[in-house]
Amino acid sequence: MASAAAPLLTGEHFLKGDIASAEGAIAAGCRFFAGYPITPASEVAERMSERLPEVGGEYIQMEDELASMAAIAGGSNAGAKSMTATSGPGVSLMNENIGLAVITESPCVIVNVQRGGPSTGMPTLPAQGDVMQAKYGSHGDYPIIAYAPDSPQEMFDLTVSAFNAAEAYRSPVIVLADQTVGHMTGRVHIPESVETVDRPRPADEPNPEEFLPFDAEHLVPPMASAGDGNRVHVTGLTHDERGYPDIDTDTQKQMMDRLMGKIDENRADIVETEAYDLDDADVALVAYGSTSRSARQAVRDLRAEDIDAGLLRVVTPWPFPEDEIRALSRAVEHIVVAEMNLGQYVHPVREHADVPVDAHTHQGGAIPQPAEIADTVREVVG
Amino acid sequence: MSAPVSPAELVDEHPDDDILRGERIPHIWCPGCGLGTSIKAFAEAVRATEWDLDDHVVVSGIGCTGRAAGYINTDSYHTTHGRAIPFATGIKVVNPDLQVSVISGDGDLFNIGGNHFIHAARRNLDLTVICVNNFNYGMTGGQFGATTPQEATTATTPYGNFERPFNLPLLAASLGAPFVARWTSLHPRRLSKAIRKAMEIDGLGFVEVISPCPEGFGKANSFEEGLDQMAYFQEHGVIDPDRDLREAGINLKGEELVLGNFVEDEETDSYMDVKRAYLSERGMGGDAE
Repeated sequence: MASAAAPLLTGEHFLKGDIASAEGAIAAGCRFFAGYPITPASEVAERMSERLPEVGGEYIQMEDELASMAAIAGGSNAGAKSMTATSGPGVSLMNENIGLAVITESPCVIVNVQRGGPSTGMPTLPAQGDVMQAKYGSHGDYPIIAYAPDSPQEMFDLTVSAFNAAEAYRSPVIVLADQTVGHMTGRVHIPESVETVDRPRPADEPNPEEFLPFDAEHLVPPMASAGDGNRVHVTGLTHDERGYPDIDTDTQKQMMDRLMGKIDENRADIVETEAYDLDDADVALVAYGSTSRSARQAVRDLRAEDIDAGLLRVVTPWPFPEDEIRALSRAVEHIVVAEMNLGQYVHPVREHADVPVDAHTHQGGAIPQPAEIADTVREVVG
Repeated sequence: MSAPVSPAELVDEHPDDDILRGERIPHIWCPGCGLGTSIKAFAEAVRATEWDLDDHVVVSGIGCTGRAAGYINTDSYHTTHGRAIPFATGIKVVNPDLQVSVISGDGDLFNIGGNHFIHAARRNLDLTVICVNNFNYGMTGGQFGATTPQEATTATTPYGNFERPFNLPLLAASLGAPFVARWTSLHPRRLSKAIRKAMEIDGLGFVEVISPCPEGFGKANSFEEGLDQMAYFQEHGVIDPDRDLREAGINLKGEELVLGNFVEDEETDSYMDVKRAYLSERGMGGDAE
C-alpha cells in the first residue's frame, strides 16, 4: 500500500463515503480546499485538512460558506484545482458565488452531502431535496453539471469525474451526495492511476494586449491564472471577450450563448446513465444517488413476480439527460421516478417523456425502502 | 461659449498609463468623487513597490469603489458584494508570491462583508485592504451604511441617522492588523506611501481613505460640491498617528478628523509564514507533489 503522503492511495480500502470523496479530490489533483464545518459533510473537510499539507496543497477553514465559495473561486483563478464541501444550508449560502464561478468560468467542485430540509431540517439524516437547487439555486440562467454517487466507491470515482468536468468545461460542478452515501462505509478501490483533466491554458506567451480571457472563438476559452502576466480582468458583470463589463443585450446574448452552449453542446460527453434490466422492461424506474440502490432492489423483487420492471439510473442529474429519457419513454409504457423528496426531478422527466410518469416520493430522513418503491410500481402497472 | 470638452480628450497620455487601463477611460465615477485620486495613489504605490506589475493582483467587491479593479492594469477581479476579501484569500493562499490588494468601499467591506474583514485580520493574512469610505452606499443612490455619521441625512435616513458608525482604524487595530492607516483623498502622497507600506508589511495592511461623495452623500449633508468636503478635510484634518484610536471616530460635525499611520508592526508574522513554519516543523507543507 502506498504511504499516507502519496497523492494516490492505490489499493483496496474500507472508507466512509465522505472520506472517499476527499481522496477522489486529491487523486484528481485538487490542491486547494476552503470550507466550513457542517453535518453530514464535515468529514470531507477533516480529511482534506489532513491530506492537503501532505501533498503540497492548501487547506483553509473559512468563517462561513459565503467565504468558502468565494475563496475557491479565487483559488481557481490563481490556478489551483479547488473544492469545498457542505450540505444544503451551506449551499444556500454559496449560491450567489456559485453564480460568480459560472459567469467567470472558474472551475471548482462543490460537494453537497444532502440532509433533510428545509432550513436546519434533519442534519444527521438523508434527503435529496436539493436536486433542483443544484440546477436553479443561483439567480439568472446558467448551466450546471452534477454527479449523484450511490456508494463510497462512487464518492471517489465521481469526485474525480467532477473535477475533470469542471476543468474541461470551466464550470462549477456539484457532487450531489446525501447523508446515506456520505456516511456509508464500504469497499473503495483506488487504482494505480487516475485519468485527470486540466483546464485549457493559453498556448502562447503572456500577451496582455492581445489575450482575450473569454475568447468567443472557443466554446471553452483558455484560462490564464493570476500572476501569469496576461493582466486579465474578470467580473461578475456581463462582459465582453476582453472581460470588460458591457451592460448590453447583444453582449449578454453572446456571453450567454457560449455559457449555455459549452455544456449543451457537450451533453453527450457529460451525461452518464446506467440501464438496469431495461431491455424488455414495460415499466421503468428512474432514480439517482442513494435512492437508486433501493430502486435496483425493487426491480429485482418485481422481476421475481414477473413484472417487467427496469431502472434507468441517472448518474448525472444535470445537465438533464434529455435524450436518454426520451429514448426510455419510447421503450416503456410507464415511468416511475423515485426520489428522497416530495417530487422534484419527476417534473423534468415528465416534460421529456411521452408516457405516464408517476412519482415515488419520500419526505426524507431515510432512503425509500425497496418494498415501498415496488408497491408504487405495482399500483402503476396494476 | 464653446462646447464643454471631456477631460478624456484633453490629454493623450497619463504618467500611470502602464498601471491603469487607459482604454476604459472615461471611468464611471461622478465629478468630485475621491476615487480617481485614490486609484492614482494606488498606482503610485504599485510603482514604488519592489514587485513587478504582473505580481500585483487587485480584487474588488461591488459598488462604486468595487469598479476600481476594472481600471487597474494588473490581473484584476471584480467579485460579488462583500466577498472581495474571501476571493482574495483564495488567490493569496494558492499563490503567496502575489501581492494581493483588495480595494472596495465601506458598504462592501464593513456592512455586507464585515465578517470577512474581521477574520482576515484575525488570521493576519497578507492582504492589502483599502477601504474608500464615502459614508454611504453611493452606487445605489445614497443610502446610509455602517460608516454614516450620526444625524446625517441619506436616502434611507430621511430624519437623520440614529445608528452609531464604525470607527474603522479602531476596529482594524483591535483585531491585531499590523498596519493601520487613515488618510483622505486630499492627502494623495501620504495616502500613496501608506498603501505602499500596507503592501510591504508582513500581514494584513489596512488603509481607510476618506472620500467625498457629492452626489450620494454631500448634497444631502451641506457639502454641495466635492470641493466642499475636501475643504472640510483640510480644515479639520489632524495628522496624529499617536492618537488614542478610541478618539478617532468620525461624525463630520467639526471635530478633529484624525489621520495618520496608526499601527506599524513589523514583528507579527503573517498567516502564510506561521502556517509554513508550523507545518514545516511537523515535516509537511514543503515541496511535495
